[in-house]
Amino acid sequence: MPEILTAPLVVEFPFTRSLGPVQSAFLTGLRERTVLGVTASDGRVVVPPAEYDPVTAEEIRELVEVGTAGTVTTWAWNPAPRRGQPLDTPFAWVLVRLDGADTALLHALDAPGPDAVRTGMRVRIRWAAERTGAITDIACFEPDESTGDDGRTREPVAHDGQFPDLLTGITAPARLDYTYSPGAAQSRYIQALADRRTLGERCPACRKVYVPPRGACPTCGVATSTQVEVGPRGTVTTFCIVNIKARNLDIDVPYVYAHIALDGADLALHARIGGIPYDQVRMGLRVEPVWADGAFPHSPEDMGAAPIPDHYRPTGEPDADYDSYKELI
Amino acid sequence: MSKEPVAVTGIGQTHHVAARRDVSIAGLVREAAGRALEDAQLTWADIDAVVIGKAPDFFEGVMMPELYLADALGAVGKPMLRVHTAGSVGGSTALVAANLVAARVHRTVLTLAFEKQSESNAMWGLSLPIPFQQPLLAGAGGFFAPHIRAYMRRTGAPDTIGSLVAYKDRRNALKNPYAHLHETGLTLEKVQASPMLWDPVRYSETCPSSDGACAMILTDRTGAARAPHPPAWVHGGAMRSEPTLFAGKDFVSPQAGKDCAADVYRQAGITDPRREIDAVEMYVPFSWYEPMWLENLGFAEEGEGWKLTESGVTELDGDLPVNPSGGVLSTNPIGASGMLRFAEAALQVRGRAGEHQVDGARRALGHAYGGGSQFFSMWLVGAEPPAV
Amino acid sequence: MPGPSTGPSGPSTGPLREVAIVAFGQSDHVRSSAETSEVEMLMPVLHDVVSRTGLKAGDIDFTCSGSSDYLAGRAFSFTMALDGVGAWPPISESHVEMDGAWALYEAWVKLLTGEAETALVYAYGKSSPGDLREVLTRQLDPYYLAPLWPDSVALAALQAQALIDAGLTDQGALAGIAARSRTAAEANPHAQLRGAVPAGDPVVAPLRTGDCPPIGDGAAAVVLAAGDTARRLCDRPAWIRGLDHRIEAHALGVRDLTDSPSTRLAAERAGYFARPVDTAELHAPFTSQEVVLRRALALDGPDGAGVRINPSGGALAANPVMAAGLIRLGEAAARIQRGESDRALAHATSGPCLQQNLVAVLEGETR
Repeated sequence: MPEILTAPLVVEFPFTRSLGPVQSAFLTGLRERTVLGVTASDGRVVVPPAEYDPVTAEEIRELVEVGTAGTVTTWAWNPAPRRGQPLDTPFAWVLVRLDGADTALLHALDAPGPDAVRTGMRVRIRWAAERTGAITDIACFEPDESTGDDGRTREPVAHDGQFPDLLTGITAPARLDYTYSPGAAQSRYIQALADRRTLGERCPACRKVYVPPRGACPTCGVATSTQVEVGPRGTVTTFCIVNIKARNLDIDVPYVYAHIALDGADLALHARIGGIPYDQVRMGLRVEPVWADGAFPHSPEDMGAAPIPDHYRPTGEPDADYDSYKELI
Repeated sequence: MSKEPVAVTGIGQTHHVAARRDVSIAGLVREAAGRALEDAQLTWADIDAVVIGKAPDFFEGVMMPELYLADALGAVGKPMLRVHTAGSVGGSTALVAANLVAARVHRTVLTLAFEKQSESNAMWGLSLPIPFQQPLLAGAGGFFAPHIRAYMRRTGAPDTIGSLVAYKDRRNALKNPYAHLHETGLTLEKVQASPMLWDPVRYSETCPSSDGACAMILTDRTGAARAPHPPAWVHGGAMRSEPTLFAGKDFVSPQAGKDCAADVYRQAGITDPRREIDAVEMYVPFSWYEPMWLENLGFAEEGEGWKLTESGVTELDGDLPVNPSGGVLSTNPIGASGMLRFAEAALQVRGRAGEHQVDGARRALGHAYGGGSQFFSMWLVGAEPPAV
Repeated sequence: MPGPSTGPSGPSTGPLREVAIVAFGQSDHVRSSAETSEVEMLMPVLHDVVSRTGLKAGDIDFTCSGSSDYLAGRAFSFTMALDGVGAWPPISESHVEMDGAWALYEAWVKLLTGEAETALVYAYGKSSPGDLREVLTRQLDPYYLAPLWPDSVALAALQAQALIDAGLTDQGALAGIAARSRTAAEANPHAQLRGAVPAGDPVVAPLRTGDCPPIGDGAAAVVLAAGDTARRLCDRPAWIRGLDHRIEAHALGVRDLTDSPSTRLAAERAGYFARPVDTAELHAPFTSQEVVLRRALALDGPDGAGVRINPSGGALAANPVMAAGLIRLGEAAARIQRGESDRALAHATSGPCLQQNLVAVLEGETR
């Protein structure tokens, strides 16, 4: 068994979400410490407001203001809060039916412990100090032992959904952390690259040599297991000249991005061509790898970097005949 | 017992733009679905099931967004399926929906595909920093341009062909009110002078990135009989897949594309597609894919596709109009782009394509494929019901 | 035969084809499978299931799979899994971004049209690369829910508390479900968690460790065949007498979390209530969800007395996300093939708190 490689993979993006009128009014309302619901086709007040009726699918747009206190309909005690959740000390997840609403809203309840929480208990919104127009403008709920009116409405009151500086979109950053493993075949391949050897794998059925190997011969559906060293030289089968900078790549344009069939391989891999003016690259050009200096495989900052050649350069050999590589294009 | 004939009685799409900032994801899909229902003069209660498709979930940052969209799509209490077959997904989704009717599992099905790319950034979604893998060295066009060069080498096509396609499709888009790009002042000279991004591909020969959705109502004979407008009838539909990368793969004319077309023609009784098909909506993300697909789909002999383009055969008033809607080159909400091809083909045979209507179109082909040239889906629709 | 039921305005014509599950295979389910890529994990399962039928890969008319990019953290992850199928010459193939049970549904419809005689259905999921509880928050409403990062256990716990408040279960009963499942799993060589498992500490109360499924990686596949082809490929095909699925509203606050009307409706449409089953494979990742499903399926009533629930151990013994639903159909079918069941229900779920549910009724022919 080869050593199995792993490396961190972070999938992170600040998604920009446009809201549409109902969600826009609701989230702007939260910024203004006002909770809006929407009247469904059957007269129920849905909070948080849906854009479309959960029963009839009709578009619903009749907004109402509801209370900022309400009743817990179910709850769950979270002893170990996780990244991104509303509170970083143990809390209860709650569904809360706000006064004037007929459905419940999901959020967190700040309570000293599970013994302090029960279904049917009264809670009220604790507003975030800084509010931007987001569900997190409700910092959380807190127990509300006052029996009196909290100053906000208990019966739904019609609302026009208008606020100054109505929000039309939100930014919703999301980050997920993965530990990526490429599996056995690619681990073998990458480790060989660190020794500046290119190891393909041969299919036992069709005898084709795959570079990089991916664990299966995709046409035969069987495991490739015999390693075959290919290259280092190869032939440019086709290419394009890149004139715009690719995202996150520090390569001066123009440069040539080519498909290269390494000698002994049955399909082409992709790489940059250097060591020759870009406008002189041609199909059939014979090339060889120029290896990058790199700290692969085990320095932390390079975890996950493939020790691939930095680019390929001409060998000086005569060009390959078109017929010799046309099946590899 | 033979299959139930399937009719398209409702078609709707959004106005496609780079960023639909006025609607939520639900609002976007509703706009297309609502127009399809209106076209069919049906209500949500008339829909038995929903089949939805889109490309990778990372584009919107919502895993399986159909769960959240169930309410907006009137699917509560109904079956809902979510298809994902890469770029061909819009077509595959329609075919899965059509099979529900053909198999008589349901009578009337809403099918819909969408992408709201403005929620993130398509290139981000397509190039997540996967460890140990070479970063995409050349951007989106860099993937396609080498295959285009291979086509040019193989056929000897003059290097102006791509610009002819782009100029045609963008002009066609001017007749399509829903299209994303409306380049009113465009000239062939401007296309040919646009920056060379990924030589041999120029800026004007590339597709935009759009927010958009497309929806169709598919129904059986009974439903078709009640429809207020002429339906399109499905005469054939097929999906074919081949591996993304393999030894011997022909990126210029993939076998899966040929096989898929052959299957559709067999079902539809087409023996000479060039003569028997009146309009084609094919998935052309970069202009040169028009001549490539003309050959792959059997409209031209190998090496001859560019001659059809060059001679004007694929123009809106030509003998075989290709992408009268303006195509992917003018509108590209990725996950919906395939369904737009299917829907535009259906609009043509229904005679409801408006300004970009091909006169007398009776049979039209809709074509979708995945960017790696590995997944294909196609349907052939006609103005007449298929022979049962 | 009773055909699959149809929608409210369902067609009345047409004898539908008989379709059966003729083979089922699965991987061992493990906490981490870092040593294999997805295709390396999946491929042996595909070889196994196809060889059970005596077919070759090229004989299969239609292929359909289920998986999720979000589990893998990579877009288009399913395209590489296809390498394990050997899609050459090109094949008729599709993919759902859903549990493989829905891939089976798509394949079943394909067979009903008569366009295919056989279908290969597969699903795989590797939960080990990411933090599953965090990943699943991304399938929630992106405006009102996802920004709070409520994890899958938290949502299930809200449902469990609702059941307890309604007097429908208690922690002891939940522990009993866990114990029964993992005891049953002792006979399942593929299970990840089996035998005596302590109830453990609260993860999100009232759910304790023992109430939650193991997190793990795995793959599964089935072969479907129609009519006489099924009889030729299998001694005792598991005939799909009915298959239906339904979805509910997304927001938890508008649903009655103690009930599963979508399961009940799907079961009705699948013909489940027509006569009793002897086996039920329920896709209930959390003990409390089994309570909800048993209510919806009347398994605690007089007809439920003789029903063996989750003889495989269910999702509490192995829960490879995206494959666990398909495995329920496969396990029920395998039981019929072994002659241990004559009529079985198989169920699959998707989404938070059982939002979407699929029900299949499978039967063996009378011996």
